[in-house]
Amino acid sequence: MISFQKISKIYHSGLKPITALDNVSFEVNSHEFVSIVGRSGAGKTTLLKLLLAEERPSGGSIFFEGQDVHKIKPEGLPNFRRQIGVIFQDYKLLPSKTTYENVAYVMEVMGVADEEISSDVPKVLDIVGLSDRAQNFPEELSGGERQRAALARALIHRPQIILADEPTGNLDPYHTREIIRLLTKINEMGTTIILATHNQQIINALERRVITLDEGKIIRDEERSRFTL
Amino acid sequence: MITFKRIVKSGWLGFKRNSGLSLATIFILVMTISLITSLFLLQKTSNFLITSLTEKVDMAIYFSVEPSTEEIISIQEELFSLSEVKNLEYVSKEEALEKFTERHRSEEIIMESLAEVGGNPLLSSINIKAFEASQYAAISSFLDNASFRDLITKVDYYQKRPAIEKIFSWTSSINVTGIILSIVLAVVAVLMAFNTVRIAIYNSRDEIETMRLVGAANWFIRGPFMVQGVIAGALAVLITFLVFSVGILFLSPKIEIIIPGLGLSAYFFSNFFVILLIQLAAGVGLGILSSWIAVRKYLKI
Repeated sequence: MISFQKISKIYHSGLKPITALDNVSFEVNSHEFVSIVGRSGAGKTTLLKLLLAEERPSGGSIFFEGQDVHKIKPEGLPNFRRQIGVIFQDYKLLPSKTTYENVAYVMEVMGVADEEISSDVPKVLDIVGLSDRAQNFPEELSGGERQRAALARALIHRPQIILADEPTGNLDPYHTREIIRLLTKINEMGTTIILATHNQQIINALERRVITLDEGKIIRDEERSRFTL
Repeated sequence: MITFKRIVKSGWLGFKRNSGLSLATIFILVMTISLITSLFLLQKTSNFLITSLTEKVDMAIYFSVEPSTEEIISIQEELFSLSEVKNLEYVSKEEALEKFTERHRSEEIIMESLAEVGGNPLLSSINIKAFEASQYAAISSFLDNASFRDLITKVDYYQKRPAIEKIFSWTSSINVTGIILSIVLAVVAVLMAFNTVRIAIYNSRDEIETMRLVGAANWFIRGPFMVQGVIAGALAVLITFLVFSVGILFLSPKIEIIIPGLGLSAYFFSNFFVILLIQLAAGVGLGILSSWIAVRKYLKI
């Protein structure tokens, strides 16, 4: 489904170029639940940014369902991105929209009918436990609530694949377990999940495939691995 | 259709929720539209001044002997053959005397000296009006070689010449400075409005990027910003129009004292729709255009 082929990413800022990813190749199959682990700065977020075509690789290519992601024309990008749900590390909620509107926005973008939006959004907000925060703006939410709102937005349109960048970074152990249970359930229903994290407990509890990055290189890629750095 | 509804709604919500920024934008747009409307009214005022100045200028040729009716007709025909001549008026000796006594009735010394001279010392004349102040020189040089030259004792152009030339240079410099000033001010106003919208949208740059990343099409992102531009522009036009209507209604009588016959309020209200259209074009057009350009920069992701 997704194939990273010899991906490199070098950032040129300041005096010294920074190598974020160095010749990274791997594949993710449909319905897989893949965790990408590594220290901060290991290249996890860069990898997800490249997959979303938010940034261009310095070398190599990424294929999504046989299509080179970075050869998609700007007009085609919206359609491509609608197949992916993303939980951003910094949430990226729209500050001038309420929680409800933030979640509904993805469906509005896709041209979904009003009735469907008004029936689906409350359900998803209920799933992530934000029903009573529906009319609040992001700045009125706590860190954990924002993270759950971001999760709701990533789920709402039933994407084929969900990219979760540190989705539990600001959550207490209770909510962390809840979110991971939710992601596992979504995965069992057929959605591919790529999870970037450095939370050891999550990885150990999941018992799924783990790719370990260190300084931009894959140092391990194991099925049902346990977290070791 | 459903997306259009969503774009309008989202634009309206954005406008309402960023009320501080929206007010600032409206304020700047009001200034811009006011400036453009003022230029429009100023143009009318300067045109009026130029025409009324030009109309005050004329030249006259005086005849030593009163010409016969046929001579007058042929002279007038000859003068009318000039393309510069707008109007001719023959004043006979008697009419000249009448006008003179009319004008100086209350001034005893003049009337006494007129009686002293006895008879009618005034000359018959033809008053010539040209279309423009600059054309009197040409008419004057034509007169030097005219067939009726021998009949002429005096052409008063030479005495009036400095005044005529001054008026001519004034009107042309008023025109030129008016145009340059208008262009400069209009450009400044447009840039000011554009910059305000740009700063407003700069604040939303992260939001625009997020919209791109969750799969919004460009026009779905741009739309609400342009709707906000339209709302701000339309409100600004409304405010400016009210301010100008009230202002002109109150100030017009005072302006009328300084420049009689200008009729600024009559002009303003008879050109109601033209002015409204100019303001709408300026306000809404600027709102839409500057949002369009400002958003474009952040749509590259």
